[in-house]
Amino acid sequence: MKTHFTNARLIDPENGTDRIGALRVEDGVIKSVVYDDAPTDDAETVDCGGKCLAPGIVDIGVKVCEPGERHKESYKSAGLAAAAGGITTMVTRPDTLPATDSPETLEFVARRANEAAPVNVLPMAALTKGRAGREMTEIGFLLDAGAVAFTDCDHVVTDTKVFSRALTYARSLGALVIAHPQEPTLSAGAAATSGKFASLRGLPAVSPMAERMGLDRDIALLEMTGARYHADQITTARALPALERAKKNGLDITAGTSIHHLTLNELDVADYRTFFKVKPPLRSEDDRQAVIAALRDGLIDTISSMHTPQDEESKRLPFEEAASGAVALETFLPAALRLYHASDLDLPTLFRAMALNPAKRLGLASGRLAPGAPADLILFDADAPFVLDRWKLNSKSKNTPFDGARMQGKVKATYVAGQCVFEAS
Amino acid sequence: MSYSQSHLLGIEPLSPTDITAILDLADQYVDLNRRDIKHSDALAGLTQINMFFENSTRTQASFELAGKRLGADVMSMAMQASSIKKGETLIDTALTLNAMHPDLLVVRHPHSGAVDLLAQKVNCAVLNAGDGRHEHPTQALLDALTIRRAKGRLHRLSIAICGDIAHSRVARSNILLLGKMENRVRLVGPPTLMPSQIGQFGVEVYEDMREGLRDVDVVMMLRLQRERMDGGFIPSEREYYHRYGLDAEKLSYAKEDAIVMHPGPMNRGVEIDGEIADDINRSVIQEQVEMGVAVRMAAMDLLARNLRAKPAEVMA
Repeated sequence: MKTHFTNARLIDPENGTDRIGALRVEDGVIKSVVYDDAPTDDAETVDCGGKCLAPGIVDIGVKVCEPGERHKESYKSAGLAAAAGGITTMVTRPDTLPATDSPETLEFVARRANEAAPVNVLPMAALTKGRAGREMTEIGFLLDAGAVAFTDCDHVVTDTKVFSRALTYARSLGALVIAHPQEPTLSAGAAATSGKFASLRGLPAVSPMAERMGLDRDIALLEMTGARYHADQITTARALPALERAKKNGLDITAGTSIHHLTLNELDVADYRTFFKVKPPLRSEDDRQAVIAALRDGLIDTISSMHTPQDEESKRLPFEEAASGAVALETFLPAALRLYHASDLDLPTLFRAMALNPAKRLGLASGRLAPGAPADLILFDADAPFVLDRWKLNSKSKNTPFDGARMQGKVKATYVAGQCVFEAS
Repeated sequence: MSYSQSHLLGIEPLSPTDITAILDLADQYVDLNRRDIKHSDALAGLTQINMFFENSTRTQASFELAGKRLGADVMSMAMQASSIKKGETLIDTALTLNAMHPDLLVVRHPHSGAVDLLAQKVNCAVLNAGDGRHEHPTQALLDALTIRRAKGRLHRLSIAICGDIAHSRVARSNILLLGKMENRVRLVGPPTLMPSQIGQFGVEVYEDMREGLRDVDVVMMLRLQRERMDGGFIPSEREYYHRYGLDAEKLSYAKEDAIVMHPGPMNRGVEIDGEIADDINRSVIQEQVEMGVAVRMAAMDLLARNLRAKPAEVMA
């Protein structure tokens, strides 16, 4: 099967270019990229009408609530949401019930995912059994079963000895470890970032320093063990110098951040709006700006949706008691485009962080507009305006902080291995 | 005299005019409360429900008495003992009570913001009787009335709030109210009991109590909330009393006619010396309790007037 995309604004994160051209797909793989309009032949032609054609988003850290809480999100609903949101690869989190910490559970997850979701699903596995931070999981078996990375999600392995051994063992297998940099004794019970806003609202708060302390510890352990490491969310200015030094020293470290920390700040919580409660809590505007700058400079490598479905009951509670997390698969791209429309980041830089870098870190061939790469593509209109209605989301859970928000950027079509899996009506 | 709000959730949304409206009416209720027959029909026919999700003796009694003196049908519920234990959520409890058509709902809850949440789900007037570390507006209003009656004004005064600011909703409401009325507010206490970036609230922060009390008109002590001390904010009670307990020597740094306040209940010998608490020339602690009933009567009266005015507006 051959498809020819013409008159497309090609967003190429590898070369950092954003210009009109054409792209040819054959048998699910990108065949050629040309910037002079080549004549079409027998291929099916898609006239992109000058809209953006970019590599599909590779999203590290999506929570799908199977097994355990299917009423919040299933592979079917998450898959539809991902396709509609331009996410062609979901890298799923193991913080399920029970945790995805054995090859058997992982196989169940992989089977469910492939049956139900129209996009690529790559599961991550827990680093320690039950995410309890005491014994490492069967990292070797889990790798064989298809785990692409190992993480205890927002649980920090507080026992340094356990963590250092898990890192050492993971290194021997070349496995990627993803950690949540945080000093948990300092952040215990916190619902907000300490500062004027938290003081005014009377919310228990954590100093942004807790993130740097967690990162500092992890960096020391990387020096010790040489493991492959990715920090799931760097959200504060104070953590950035440590990250920069670690990279300069040649450690195998990368870092991500979440779309919510890039586009919202602590003041958005306003009158205790629990849909804005995420983990770590939203930060100050200064922190947000610093993280955007770090992303522009390439110090922070990836952006994730940190898609975390929660039902209404767990959010309709006083702020301190409410669950953390927000759904984001379908708002990821329009939220990211806020940074483009605000002239904070250009489109190739955004897709470097949303597609190219996460794919590279996981050793995937996708995330690029280059011959030989899988034809995981999204066609989107970067300017189309809309008002988000949370009840129209495909996700089973509707806990988005962007309900009623004015946004720009609509996905027109999503392709996985050359097959169209979503087309806007 | 007008009060612009349909609830009393905190001091933050109030304007100086709102505050003055409540205090002026409260002055009238002080007079009523000193008569032999302490009764008015301002709330006759209305139903007031007190929902206390946290232990309280004096605030609950004060609200109950205020409602009864104004002729409302008052019901008090100790929520700790009831449905919460059975797993019902705050909102379900609120909706259940709402179906009984109360007119005034008085709520205390251990979590910040819980009363705001509840107010969004019911269609009666809600009064915040204290939510977590957030606000306790009627306490700030009764403190303001006490100060205004003792000092003859509620502006251009220098007021020191001393003690556990971090865990205190009373402190937050007082900082906001006294600031809105254009007073100088000082906060005195150890840094472990100060909220972060509190200096940005337009207050002066002192770690030395003698410096903090120098030439102030009002000394407002806070209870050292021992039940909230989940770990080592201060080394010991005796060291705290030595450095931050109000005794005659420390009080001598304040103005000669400075008054001493405390929201109660007091820990004598922890944050305040017993003799100062009982000194009728300095301490206005008993007046605060008296003003509490009057202020709550005024607040509920004004909210009830707004409730009654609503249908008329619709018809017009």
